[in-house]
Amino acid sequence: MFKVTIDGIPVEVEPGTTILNAARQIGGDIVPPAMCYYSKLEGSGGKCRTCLVKVSKGSEKDPRPMPKLVASCRTTVMDGMEVQNITSPEVIEARKGVVEMLLINHPLDCPVCDQAGECHLQDLGFEHGSAKTRYEFDRRKFERIDIGDKIQLHMTRCILCYRCVFTADQITDKRVHGILNRGDHAEISTYIQQAVDNDFSGNVIDVCPVGALTDKTFRFKNRVWFTKPVEAHRDCDHEKCNGKVTLWYKGEDVIRVTARKDVYGEVEEFICNTCRFDKKKTADWVIEGPRKVSHKSVISSNHYDTLKPLPVVKTNPLLQEANKDQFERETRL
Amino acid sequence: MARKLLLEHINVPGINTYDVYRSKGGYASVEKALKTLSPEDVVEEVKKSGLRGRGGAGFPTGMKWSFLAKPEGVARYLVCNADESEPGTFKDRYLMTYIPHLLIEGMIVASYALGAKVSYIYVRGEMMPQIRILEKAIAEAKNAGFLGKNILGTGYDLELYVQPGGGAYICGEETALLESLEGKRGNPRIKPPFPAIAGLYGCPTVVNNVESIAAVVPIINDGGDEYAKIGIGRSTGTKLISAGGNVKKPGVYEIDLGLPAEEFLYSDEYCGGIANGKRLKAVVAGGSSVPILPANLFLKTISNEARLMSYESLSDGGFATGTMMGSGGFIAFDEDQCIVRNTWNFTRFYSHESCGQCSPCREGTGWMEKVLHRLENGHGKMSDMDLLVDVSKKIEGNTICPLGDAAAWPVASAIRHFRDEFEWHVTNAATAVTRNYGIAHYADPLVIAEKAG
Repeated sequence: MFKVTIDGIPVEVEPGTTILNAARQIGGDIVPPAMCYYSKLEGSGGKCRTCLVKVSKGSEKDPRPMPKLVASCRTTVMDGMEVQNITSPEVIEARKGVVEMLLINHPLDCPVCDQAGECHLQDLGFEHGSAKTRYEFDRRKFERIDIGDKIQLHMTRCILCYRCVFTADQITDKRVHGILNRGDHAEISTYIQQAVDNDFSGNVIDVCPVGALTDKTFRFKNRVWFTKPVEAHRDCDHEKCNGKVTLWYKGEDVIRVTARKDVYGEVEEFICNTCRFDKKKTADWVIEGPRKVSHKSVISSNHYDTLKPLPVVKTNPLLQEANKDQFERETRL
Repeated sequence: MARKLLLEHINVPGINTYDVYRSKGGYASVEKALKTLSPEDVVEEVKKSGLRGRGGAGFPTGMKWSFLAKPEGVARYLVCNADESEPGTFKDRYLMTYIPHLLIEGMIVASYALGAKVSYIYVRGEMMPQIRILEKAIAEAKNAGFLGKNILGTGYDLELYVQPGGGAYICGEETALLESLEGKRGNPRIKPPFPAIAGLYGCPTVVNNVESIAAVVPIINDGGDEYAKIGIGRSTGTKLISAGGNVKKPGVYEIDLGLPAEEFLYSDEYCGGIANGKRLKAVVAGGSSVPILPANLFLKTISNEARLMSYESLSDGGFATGTMMGSGGFIAFDEDQCIVRNTWNFTRFYSHESCGQCSPCREGTGWMEKVLHRLENGHGKMSDMDLLVDVSKKIEGNTICPLGDAAAWPVASAIRHFRDEFEWHVTNAATAVTRNYGIAHYADPLVIAEKAG
């Protein structure tokens, strides 16, 4: 086991772990943000540069600091390594720069974007971005492209994280999807708008950190914070899909199905297109219960989970049992 | 006149053919290396010679070779980086056009030293004539028994292939070159692992510049110690400099490293001074990506010593008042040249050539290009200079490959040394589109030089 110190917090990790994953083992504020790294996709990461950290001590054997900031998602730890993330002004400055660069060509059309509310770029911009832009030129624009009948690609919003390319490469067996051109006119594309035709192609929607790839069955149906996420599963007959999903309800209707995501917004297990696009009735699913949404997320804003249990709960033993979590939290506070 | 090592026989008619090249002592180093030296000896000679990579970074070649991992049963590759596309640099093209056998001879010796059975020369796609020349030369060498199976009866096999690239500047970055050579999109890889551990097809690989490989030939012929006597300090040997811009005699010159910069620029043996009796305004000493220097700082360092054409002397003063040897693309600007326009032109190039993989370079180069375009065309603002410096700082060092740095340095240095000219483009916008600023006030940037950082 290697001992690593991140922002003064020591942690022991397996050799070969990346700095980012070591930080995730600690958790909390010191975890660098990641826009392109996706733990489920091999080879992802290193591109967006938001996870840059400073290595102030290389290792026990070679204590020299690394000359440049490194991408924590692709740099493996060494024994005795000391890393600075939020304690280094240099890192904060660089990250601010990266966020600014990511945003200069982004349309900032959050009010009409389906991803708003669950967009990683929004979170990142909120945390590290500046209130005003210094960019005074026309932003890059693309035509919207339909990738098959269920997915729409809106390149204008894309930050070129390559996650969907890796997904297409690794989850689907026949790749029809990649990058055209280079530099700031590079674009994600299926060659000659050929439809992505695969049982798992819908997962590119889930891995997209921004609103570039959206679900056409959900587009403009609702704001994500007006919907109610519920964990559910079904017995999917596709051998690679285990049918564990999150259903997004509006009233009585399931208006969207996505894979379950962890705290870092990464899909826990990829789901098939049948589960995602075709099973939109409550009857298709076995409901497990409401999804826990972080109180920091805007999605939780309409879920009446109060900090203190309501008076009616306190008097009813049945309700007390059902609201155990809440009681525990109250005693802890 | 100093002794030429690479271009000694360049003026011999027909030196591009095998017979003439051989009659002038060509392929002697192959005979010497394969018959009398072990691969380790060759690496040792190159180490002793102190040869530093001629492609730009100046990393010692011998050391690079000794880092090559040598696992059992795994192929090793030598790849020659002939994707020369830096604006201002044309030395490799010259070498490949006129004396292709020198490169092939170097490739054989270097491949032998590294134990490579298959080697590639990755040539930029635009250099179609050079690709044909090299292929012809390879065929000739093969005929003469210097390539193929059992070379010179020593049991060493080597196949040499020429691979045309697609003409992207980014493919000159070694890992992007390997990706391209594998047939993929030329995106730089994230390091580590370095090519010495996992390069071409995941096997240990050494990527060297054309000139570095060619320099192996005189090193083996004369011995590493003899080669190390040429030059100054840690800059040993000779270097090809492709001089361009407003000099009287543009062209490729082989200089001993340590030649005074003033002599190189003004002596008749080399550039012959500034054309048309104009005065020198600025110099880009090593290809478009190195910091630009005003005339006075180019000729004298900050500590008032004469600047020499060597790795150390050119970088004396760091980024505040120095520059870099780079790939040897020497561009001189006379008083009629506009620094703003030139900076815009360089940035336009980098913006066009950025691979678009990592965000600071993809977005930042385009941003800088737009701001500079605005400045050049008389729509700039006073705040643009600080904006450009800030953007360049946010690109520099935060990218996957050195293209980000290469895009940031020319902008940062131009503003550092020629800020008054940029400001003039804002204050006299109408005049700035009709005439150039001239040499006037850049006078003494030594006093106002900013600290690097």
